[in-house]
Amino acid sequence: MNGPKPYSQLRAMLAVTQASLRSIFRNPSTVAFSFALPVFFILIFGFIGKGGFSVTVGVAPQSDTTNRAYSIIRAIPVVKLVTNEPAAQMREELNRGNLDGILSLAKSSDSSKPALQMVFQKSKASAEGGAMAELILSNAVNRANLAGMPELKRTAELRVEEVTDPAFKKIDFILPGMLGFSLLSMGVFGTAFVFLNLRNTLVIKRFFATPIHKAYIVLGEALSRVIFALMSSSLIIVLGYLAFGFTLQHGIFTFINMLLLAFIALFVFMGMGFIISGLAKTESAVPPLANMIVLPQLLLGGTFFPVSAFPSWLQLISKALPLTYLNQAMRKIAFEGVSIFSVWPDILALLIWGVIVYILATRLFKWE
Amino acid sequence: MKINPAIIISVKNLLKQYEDFTAVNGISFEVYEGEIFGLLGPNGAGKTTTLEILETLRDKSGGDVIIDGLNLDKDPNSIKKIIGVQLQAAGYYPSLKLFELLDLFGGLYNVSIDKMQMLARVGLEDKAKSKYKDLSGGQKQRFSLCTTLINNPKVIFLDEPTTGLDPQSRRNLWDLIRKIRDNGTTVVITTHYMDEAEELCDRVAVMEAGKFIVLDTPVNLIDKLVARGFKRSKEVKQANLEDVFLDLTGREWRDE
Repeated sequence: MNGPKPYSQLRAMLAVTQASLRSIFRNPSTVAFSFALPVFFILIFGFIGKGGFSVTVGVAPQSDTTNRAYSIIRAIPVVKLVTNEPAAQMREELNRGNLDGILSLAKSSDSSKPALQMVFQKSKASAEGGAMAELILSNAVNRANLAGMPELKRTAELRVEEVTDPAFKKIDFILPGMLGFSLLSMGVFGTAFVFLNLRNTLVIKRFFATPIHKAYIVLGEALSRVIFALMSSSLIIVLGYLAFGFTLQHGIFTFINMLLLAFIALFVFMGMGFIISGLAKTESAVPPLANMIVLPQLLLGGTFFPVSAFPSWLQLISKALPLTYLNQAMRKIAFEGVSIFSVWPDILALLIWGVIVYILATRLFKWE
Repeated sequence: MKINPAIIISVKNLLKQYEDFTAVNGISFEVYEGEIFGLLGPNGAGKTTTLEILETLRDKSGGDVIIDGLNLDKDPNSIKKIIGVQLQAAGYYPSLKLFELLDLFGGLYNVSIDKMQMLARVGLEDKAKSKYKDLSGGQKQRFSLCTTLINNPKVIFLDEPTTGLDPQSRRNLWDLIRKIRDNGTTVVITTHYMDEAEELCDRVAVMEAGKFIVLDTPVNLIDKLVARGFKRSKEVKQANLEDVFLDLTGREWRDE
């Protein structure tokens, strides 16, 4: 051997980490699942979110569009008017729920009635949109009427102010969910596939003939996954912050706490991946097992819609899943700016899962 | 070979039993320092099992193994530091380049190496930046051989190193192995190719069903057979078809 220097397991472990990281970066499906897919979802949800609320109202052909009421309505931002369709087509669109209502305006020849007669047709096909449109239009009519009676004494006045406190935007809900999804899929799929592959191709067997201890091989591989996951998580957060105004309540402090939380969750998810790699005999057995773990959490863990939107019996299942707690905690840290210690109940839930998972993993994990 | 060769590996009554059969059935032998020692036998004879036990990759059911004065039971970790290992059908991170794989093994053995020099020893210096999966079969075996030398070992164990290679690659690998031995490294090799055992090995142990049938130099074995009155049924020519092929296509390494 070269000199009396004692063998460093750490140096050997870091060599494994470096090799594993290089491998990961050259594996297109890992990069796709952990980074590209979450970013794709964020872009989609981000752009949908930018649309905002609106009602779409068709204007019947031959309507009178020269009056004051019509110009008031046309100026309302959330009202979208459709003016160039024939009546029959509009009727069909209304029945399908593509239009929230049809408005017709006509000058009245009867002097006992108001000069402008407006009719608003709505359908059950778009019940909420129709109700909203009705409210907005009634308001517009009232305003038009009041504008014609400047001498009327007002008894109440309404002034509208926009509050400038940080607003919980769609991105503030979606991004932590996407982060959770990325960590879960990286942890489960990444670990399961790789160990299975290495076991089958005898890559690791060669390591056994070197002085490195088996535990350090696992640690080396795990560390490379952690590094990669934290890198892609950081990129996702920065992208959300810069492109979609994701709220980082206390800037860098919040960012770091988010990464700490990601770190803890990742270990739990990687343990699940270890279990699968111990159970699955071939590569084709991995996706069904992995999906059994990932998909329910994805759907019920509050990734795309809040857990409170589910019926209470379904919520019980949600509350048993680790991803639910990760998403909760992540949103709290990001939006409220608290530290990781404040979300200790969620951390506790994750750690309990961690213990269960690693006990199972050490029983099931096989080397060959 | 030296006149009074030192014994570098000593195996006594090696036993490996599984539930339903015995893979290694009490073999004893010694390997001299600086020789090429062969385990020759058909598939299933127990050669790989024996090798893997010596390589510290498999537990034994009984017997004693001493490598360079180190006891396999007491000090396997020290043994790992002084041996090199080439597995049958081994793998490496497929998308890694050769010099990156050498970084990995350098770290695993805690040694700093001259990567280009190591690759040059096996004729792969211009493949340093190629990925492992892009190598041909012969190149993969040469690289595998290269990784056995990273820690400057006293003994290297090669498990069927030329299985699946074409005649040129085989010969090239034999040349490499001889060079390694000439450099002072002891080589223990398993093979089911008779010509390989005859060409390469200083001494050969013929193994079948977990036991040694005979252990001697190839020359002695052949002499003894002829002395017992053996005669080849067919007339033996001075050359065979393999020699024809090699002569026609050239003996240099031909990178595919």
